[in-house]
Parts: sequence; C-alpha cells; structure tokens
Amino acid sequence: MTVLTVLWFFLIFVLIAGYFVLDGFDLGAGVLYPFIAKTEEDQAIVRRSIGPVWDGNEVWLLTAGGALFAAFPDAYATTFSGFYLAVMLVLFGLIVRAVSFEFWAADKKWRSVWNACFFLGSLLPALLLGVAVGNIYAGIPMDAAGNYIGVPLLGLITPFTLLTGLLGLAMFLAAGACWVALKAPLDSAVRARAAKLRAPLGIVSLALFVVVSAYALMAIVPEIGEGFYAGCVVFALVFVLALLAALWFGLKKRCDLGAFLAQSVGSFSLTALLACSMFPNLVVASADSIGPNITLMSAGASELSLTCMTIILCIGLPLVLVYHVIVYRTFRGRVEASEMNH
Amino acid sequence: MEFLDAALLARIQFAVTVAYHFIFVPLSIGIGLIMAIFVTKAYRSKDAADDGIARMWVKIFTATFAIGVATGITMEFSFGTNWANYSRFVGDIFGAPLAAEALFAFFLESIFLGVLLFGRNKVSPKAYMVAGWLVWFGSCLSALWILIANSWMQTPAGAMLSADGSQAVITDFFAAAFNPTTWPRYFHTVLSLLVMGSFISMAVGAWYLIKKRHEHAADRVLRVGAIVGILSTCVLLVSAHSSAVVVSEEQPTKLAMMEGMYEDEVPPLYAIGWVDQEGEQVLAPFAIPGGTSFLATGTWDTEYPGLNSLAETEKYADIDPATMPVNIVFQSYHLMVAMFGIIFVLAILALVFTRKKKGAQGSDALPAITRMGWLQKLLLISPIFPFLAIQAGWITAEVGRQPYVVYPSTTGPDGVFMLTNDGISASVSAVEIIITLTLFAVVYLLLFVGWARVVIKFINDGPAPASAGGGFFRKGKGGNAANAAKDAEDAGCDASPAADEVMVVDVVEAEAVAVEGAPSATPADADAEGGAR
Repeated sequence: MTVLTVLWFFLIFVLIAGYFVLDGFDLGAGVLYPFIAKTEEDQAIVRRSIGPVWDGNEVWLLTAGGALFAAFPDAYATTFSGFYLAVMLVLFGLIVRAVSFEFWAADKKWRSVWNACFFLGSLLPALLLGVAVGNIYAGIPMDAAGNYIGVPLLGLITPFTLLTGLLGLAMFLAAGACWVALKAPLDSAVRARAAKLRAPLGIVSLALFVVVSAYALMAIVPEIGEGFYAGCVVFALVFVLALLAALWFGLKKRCDLGAFLAQSVGSFSLTALLACSMFPNLVVASADSIGPNITLMSAGASELSLTCMTIILCIGLPLVLVYHVIVYRTFRGRVEASEMNH
Repeated sequence: MEFLDAALLARIQFAVTVAYHFIFVPLSIGIGLIMAIFVTKAYRSKDAADDGIARMWVKIFTATFAIGVATGITMEFSFGTNWANYSRFVGDIFGAPLAAEALFAFFLESIFLGVLLFGRNKVSPKAYMVAGWLVWFGSCLSALWILIANSWMQTPAGAMLSADGSQAVITDFFAAAFNPTTWPRYFHTVLSLLVMGSFISMAVGAWYLIKKRHEHAADRVLRVGAIVGILSTCVLLVSAHSSAVVVSEEQPTKLAMMEGMYEDEVPPLYAIGWVDQEGEQVLAPFAIPGGTSFLATGTWDTEYPGLNSLAETEKYADIDPATMPVNIVFQSYHLMVAMFGIIFVLAILALVFTRKKKGAQGSDALPAITRMGWLQKLLLISPIFPFLAIQAGWITAEVGRQPYVVYPSTTGPDGVFMLTNDGISASVSAVEIIITLTLFAVVYLLLFVGWARVVIKFINDGPAPASAGGGFFRKGKGGNAANAAKDAEDAGCDASPAADEVMVVDVVEAEAVAVEGAPSATPADADAEGGAR
C-alpha cells in the first residue's frame, strides 16, 4: 500500500462525490419532472434550470470512470463487465436523456417522446447507481481472475442493494427538489411543488439511511479498516445533521440556497462515509466467491502511472473548478420567464 | 455455434457503436469550426446577417454535438463492459489518456456549450465568441487524447510487459502518449473532419441556392465552406502521406493487407481491384509498378514482406493469412483514396465557382455557382464523399490491425501485444450482448431520426432567428437592402481595389433604402423589427 494508491482510492471517491452532488440534482429534477411540471411552461422552467449545467455535471461520471480505469484497472474491468446489463441500462438512460435536452426545444411534435426520454433517462441512472454501490459494498461472487460469476442483472438485486438503490434515488430526488425550488421563478407553481416535496423526500432519505445502516451493520458487518471508525462516525453524523439542516432550511421561507447546500453536504458525506467504510476494498467478494476482494493494493496501477495521473489531475482539476465557477456564476439567480427561448 | 460467439458479437457491437459515434464526431468537429468562424464573423462585423448564420450553426452544432457526446459515453464504458481482459492488460497505460480526455477536454466542451446554448444574453458578445472557440478547441483536444489512446494500440511505446506477463506497464508517459503514430494519425483524422464540416457547409449553401431560399446566406456559407475545404484538403494530403509512411514502417501486416500482398513484393499502386483471398492474389485491371513503394519511401523498388512470410516470423506467428480479412482492408483503403480524389476535385470546383466577380454589378456580381445547377446539386450530395472516406479510413485502420487489439509494431516493446479475442469480458455472455446490440439498434435509430428531424428543421428555418416570429432576411425591401449592404462589407473585407467600387455602389443603394427600412446593427433590434414588419 503506497501513498499514491491510498491517495487515488480517495480521489476516486472525491470524483464520485462530485458526480453525486452535481449530477445528483439534475438527475433528481429529471425524475421529478413529470410530477412537478404540468404545463409546457413548467417543463421549460425545469429544463432551463438545469440546461446550462447538466452536461458539465455528467462529465464527473466520465471522469470517475476514466480515473478508475487508470488508477485501478482491475476494479474498473470487474465492475463494468460484471454489472454489464445494469451499466448498459444506465448508459442508455444517459444517452436518451442527453439528446432529449437538445431535441425537446426544437421538435414540438415529438415533445412527448423527448419528455419520456428525459424522465426515463434520469430515473435509470438515479436508481441503478445506488444498486451498483450496494453490490460492491455487500459483495459479489467473483472467480479467481476477478470476473463476476453470478446471475446477470437479477443476481445484483437483493433486498440490501434495492435499499441502497432507493436511498440513492431518494437523495437524488431531494437534491432535485432543492435545486428546482432554488432556481424556478419565485411565484411559479413549479417552485411551490418542488419546495413542498423537499421535506418528505428528506425524511424518506433519512429513514432509508437508518435502515441501510442498520442492515449493513447487522447483516453485512463491514470490516472497517483501522483508523477509519472515526471517519465513519463523523461522516454519518455530518450526513444526519446536513439532512436535518436541509429540512429546517426547507421549511423556512427564503432559505432555498441553504436547503440546497445542506442537501449537497449530505450527498458528499454519504460518499465519504462509503469510502471510509470500504477502505481498502474497491470491490468486496461475497462468501461464494472463488477470488479475493479487489483492493487498492491488488488493483492499483504502477507508481509511475499513478504519478502521471496525479500530475494530470493537479493540472486538470483547478481548470475544471474554474469552468464550474464561470458557468454557475453566469447562470446565477432564478430563471426568468423572458429566457424561456434559447 | 458461430452465431453465439461472444468474441465476435463483442467485436460487432464495438464496430457498430464506434462507427455510429464516428458519424457525429466528424460532423461536430467539422461543423464546430464553421460555427466558430461565423460566431467570430458576427462578432467582428456586428452584422445581423452574419449573426443569423452563426445562430443557425450553433443550433446545428449543439444538436449534433449532443449525439456525439451521448454515444461517446458508450465508448468509454465499453472497454470495461465488453473488453475487461483488455482493460486489465492495458489499464496502466490506456486509462490515463481517457481520464485526461475527461478532465481536459470533456469539461471544457460541456461547460462552454452551456454558455453557447443559454448564455447569449448573459455574457458579452466577446465572451460568447470565446465560448464558441473553446467548445471547438475542447472537441479537438478530446480527439487528441482518444487518438493517443488508439495510436498506442496501433504502435505501443513507453511500456513493457510486467514480470508476470499479465499486463503492460508504463515506463515513459511521453513516449507512450506520443508514440510513432500519434501525430500523423491525429492530423490525418482531424483534417478529414474539417473537410467533412466544410462540405456540410457547402451542402447547406447549395440547398439554399437550389430552393432559392436564404440566398444571401447561401453565398457566405458556401464561400466559408469552400475556403475551409480547400485548405483542409491540401493539408490533408500531406498528413495522409505521413500516415501511410508510418504504417509501412510500423505495421507490416496492415500494409500487406492494404495492398493485398501475400508474397514478398515491391508493392504496385492500384486504383481499383479485388483480392482473391483463396488464390492469394490481387485482380486489378491496371497497376503502376512500384507505385506504392514510391509513395512510402520515394524509391520505386523497395520490397515489402507479404503475409505468408510475416506469418513465419516470431513476431507475427499468431496471424493466419488464410483467415485474414484482406479484401475488406484492401477495399476500404482504396475506397478512401478514391473518395479523396473526388473530394479534391470538388474542393477546387467549389473554390473557383464561389468566387465573387470583382467589378461586376447587379446579378453579374454573384458568384458563378448561383447559375450552375449541376454544381449546386453535386455540392448538396457532396458530404457523402468525406463521410465514406472517413468511415473507410477507420475500417482500414482498425480491421487492418486484426487479429491484434494491441498491435506488435516494428518498434514496439517485446511482449506488449494482445490478440483481440483474448481481450473480451469473461463474465459477459453472448446472449447479453445480443440483448444490448438490439437495444443499441433501437436507441440509436431513435437518436438518428430525432437528430435528422431537428437538423433539417434548423437548416430549412435558415439564418432567420426562429424566435423572432418571421424572417428578417426572408422578406421585405429593408431586408434586401440590408443584405446588399452586407455583401458590400464582405467585398470590402476582400481588400481588393475593385471590390471597393462595388461597395460604394451597393452601400449607396443600401443606405437609400435604409432610411425607411433602417437595418439595424444589433441582433435584438433586428428581431424586434422582423416581428414588427
């Protein structure tokens, strides 16, 4: 275990957290879309609220995927091939969602098609990503070379992974509601509906978190690495406090930004909690596995490769953050009715 | 059962998805440059006509770009999903360019695309123009990283086989990234994409001329397309040559397949032909003896090894000339070259006949192409030629490296190679691939139909801003006068003395009408007027 492999273990989770926080709200908004946007004007508002930023947000997933490939090739190969059909469903979701943005505005006759694509394309990743995380955490059956040997797709769905999937979905939805409430015009019906959904979604997220944690502690019993207990406890506490804060801000008037930020802190700390409780495992082998866990030691790329990656990240990440500041500043404030045509 | 061969199905899925992806990437990188040029023209001229054209290209570009991005996710995921053993073998080297592509290029493109789409009234015109260039620059950067990765598979470098033989390990990042084929292949690819964009631009212009719609915009779109076209075509010739030379040096089995060489010979130059794979010979009506040898080395008598003798070497012991798809590689390579010939001729014709006549007046001042129906029709269908050339070129490059996924090139490190069939995912069954192949067919068809509907609409709507509820440039005297004035400005930009005279005449004319029509400089005002009229 070298410094660089440990660093990259956490950097992967930082990238995943970036994805969870940023694409989380726009995926959530996409799933909420048919429920909060009743008229075409409502729909335009929701789309416009995430339109300028969703594409960049999604790149966090591509970056996390690329970085996992580079830093831990074995973990990338095992998960992507082992979860084949699930990954493909996420992929098809992301594909139809991406094009639905562009085509919805231009093709009025096919709006219902693109609306459906937008909803379904948001739902599939929002649900399945949590299921995937549940699997690598609870353990999957692998052969000696690290290939998944369980039943395709259906083998990945267990009570536990279903719960983690739902927890992920609830977090995405809560973030989506917070975002739409923050960005939609103050007096619009969409904003009112989104704002009203924040509290129930937050409560559901908290409840699912309690259930998942209890399940994990009692039935799965993670082998938490030495020195990481404290991290787990701290991030679990931060998560609960953040979600409570989001609830509180959500019930107050004029605290939409506070609610959104608190919700984002919640998403981040949930990812951090996951990282701490998994260390040093990247993919856990279930009891019926022939092969061992895939860990940062067994899957890590060479020192030189990780050094190159570190240099690439040191140059790239600041640039990425600058781009984000530019775009979020440019499109700050609420969506205005006058901007509905792009 | 052959049908249920997982390796074959995985290859088919990769081939189909990458070929589809590579319809939209050339379009978006090619159109991206055209768009950036018009956004810049609009910024500099403050001219509502240029602005309308720029807006149209932004719309076409973003719709195309969206599919390119969406289908690109497939490619990044596919290494892990379908090529897990390949990923384990090359991850130490191959993952870094993919991660770098996301960090350096994807973020740049995606984020400034948001500005381009929604930021027109949020950022200054200058920042808007910069965003246009940044998106295009990002897409070129993305092409660089992915070609670094692909070129490493063609000519591995900066790596060695690990002690246990299970993976390729990086030894020198820059040697791996800038391996022998990276630069030739990068320039060859990107230039061909620019050719594609220029022909799309010319096709749009030709369509307007044929339909007698947006004729003023037609001029400019044709002219910019013709200039980008001839420049990229000429430089492409140089890069194509260097690509061919490096293949002859580094990839002997690919060269042998391109020219259908089973036995050692001095390769002749065929224009067309057919590889008789059973009889191991090329059937061709004519050939220039030593021609390919001359192109590769500058000498007419350099002998290259054929597939049969290569199969006897230790390095290429894994190949079996009898089962290699020699004819596919031969045909796609020669198709690409033939298409280039057509492209070159068309680029010259377009350049010549889109020139404005200096010193002439009235309808005589219009470029000759406005009166040449056959050339308009030819240009309308012309994007098919670069399209075929690009696809054929990639088939040559990728099928030509079979049966290897990581090719043991001449200067490649010992042991760093992999057979394609050894690279697949052990945990993915043939049935699963058939399911996803079917889904790809459905989803990609939906994408294509959706894209075609939108882009055809954008092109037919033309440069007039759709939101203004009617055309500023389509009807009305004021509109025509404005167009005349813009013509004049364009001529002025050509900086020829004769053009200045035209300008004086047209400007006087334009100003005369402008008093009533008042063509305005800012797009927003133009919209308002368009609506009012």
